[in-house]
Amino acid sequence: MADMKVYFDHNATTPLHPEVKKEMIAAMEMFGNPSSMHSYGREARANVEDARRKVAGFIGADEREIIFVGSGSEANNTVLSLFVCGTSQCIAGSKMRSTIITTKIEHPCVLETSECLAHRGVRVKYLDVDQYGKIDLDQLAGMLGDDVGLVSVMMANNEIGTLQDIEAITRMVHNSGALMHTDAVQAIGKVPVDVRELGVDFLTISAHKIYGPKGVGALFVKKGIPYCPLIRGGHQELGRRAGTENTLGILGLGRAVEMRALEMPEEEERLLHLKQVLRKGIEERIDDIHFNGHPTDSLASTLNVSFTGVEGEAILLYLDLEGIAVSTGSACASGSLDPSHVLLATGVDAELAHGSIRFSMGRESSMQEVEYLLDVLPPIIQRIRNMSTAYIKGGLHAASR
Amino acid sequence: MLQAGEWAYSETLKEHFMNPKNILQGENTDDFDGVGMEGNLQCGDQMMVVIKVDKEHDVITDCQWKTYGCASAIASTSVLSEMVKGRTLDAAFHISPKEVAQELGGLPDHKIHCSVLGDKALRAAINNYYTRNGKEDKVKQDQVKVICQCMSITDHDIEDAVLEGARTYFELQERTKLGTVCGQCKDEAEVLLEKFKHIHFGV
Repeated sequence: MADMKVYFDHNATTPLHPEVKKEMIAAMEMFGNPSSMHSYGREARANVEDARRKVAGFIGADEREIIFVGSGSEANNTVLSLFVCGTSQCIAGSKMRSTIITTKIEHPCVLETSECLAHRGVRVKYLDVDQYGKIDLDQLAGMLGDDVGLVSVMMANNEIGTLQDIEAITRMVHNSGALMHTDAVQAIGKVPVDVRELGVDFLTISAHKIYGPKGVGALFVKKGIPYCPLIRGGHQELGRRAGTENTLGILGLGRAVEMRALEMPEEEERLLHLKQVLRKGIEERIDDIHFNGHPTDSLASTLNVSFTGVEGEAILLYLDLEGIAVSTGSACASGSLDPSHVLLATGVDAELAHGSIRFSMGRESSMQEVEYLLDVLPPIIQRIRNMSTAYIKGGLHAASR
Repeated sequence: MLQAGEWAYSETLKEHFMNPKNILQGENTDDFDGVGMEGNLQCGDQMMVVIKVDKEHDVITDCQWKTYGCASAIASTSVLSEMVKGRTLDAAFHISPKEVAQELGGLPDHKIHCSVLGDKALRAAINNYYTRNGKEDKVKQDQVKVICQCMSITDHDIEDAVLEGARTYFELQERTKLGTVCGQCKDEAEVLLEKFKHIHFGV
């Protein structure tokens, strides 16, 4: 077995930041219900509100605009589900605006919720993306109209890292009278996010992608924007999300954004350099590859590569045997039969989508790890290609050899 | 706290994935008596099986392969190539995906479809051998029967849908669109659904 362990799957989840861990361990005895008036409750309340200030400060919001939720998926579900209310007159004035616009490369929690809403009478339009994963603003302009109530576009894509121009998109959306949501789960803590600069009405945050704990996230809802809870039956979060607060998780999220604010500026440049070395190394050492995602408007931490004639799950598992953790857009690793919807939306053919690997680095990733990967990867690809039908006589890529 | 399992699949599968047996080296298949290829890269799986045959006794003496696919696909072709050596063509022809999965120490349900191409490619190789040796009468074509006339869905499509996870008539319809027009094929399709569930999953 490998002696080196390399975790290059930070877009899936991240380890707890040591500072977050420290703070959560110190708070482990805090069990009070923030809604209680006694000292136990007041202690918990103080910590929840402290975390709320930190999260609000991190994205330039007012603390009353932050709702703590159970996950990024819950936040996204909440925002989209508001618009069923649009058709049923829950939200005054929104009845006639029952169309939602989103993109073909959103996280499944947006896409599947959109599909579900479509069954319930909401009209959903999907924006295409170009070969780099960018949406077309002209297509958006064509779709916007007085029937559109909400536009939801992710800030950074989890699979290919492509960043969208949320500020420009929001301006267009607001000019047409619709509300704007961005799923910033992958962007937050990696690129600067300021809700006032972006102008968005809703923004989704998840703790475990930024070295915080799992099971907690935050939803920014701009003051004065119509809102309807997804989980009802309690006064918590000013009646916007029922259920006793996940106090420890919220405290962890608060500490996580604090640490991001400190570490992020230096880290982006360092990761970008690592990514450039990784990209160049793969390009030089392995034939027949295809980089996915935008060459510049992309997360510094994320590199997505397709290897022709090689299936991704096989690469993932051989890398795992060498101690390297990555993820793949192959169907086989997902339990479904369809490869990555994101890559297919960028026009990559199914074979390349099956053969895609996502490397996502993080705060502890080092040049030594990149070099180890670059040593280990080429023989693995060579080995899999040697047993693949893709390059043999009559095979699809026979001519290229 | 539990520790990570040793491996995503069974130990046998891991062994065949880490050290696959009988990979065809290079691309020269001239020394072999039968060649079969199934699947395609777009779908994520493609397998080629080549065999050498003791022509006097119709017994497979060597079996090699190439596979484009995931760990289960690679391991299932590897284990299949070991299983068929020494078997008669007739016996080898009837190896089922279930036997291959058993030999691998079991496969998760959603991985069964990764192992069905190997035996298909093997049957193609055996038929290829018969054709090359003037024994066309022995070539066994997989019989295809159209079950749903409206949507042109065959028994093979139903089998594939079962292998890919369909367990109820509704799920079968979701995957194949079978019986969504006139609906006359429902009874026949349900019988086949049960049959393939039994063959592949023993339920």
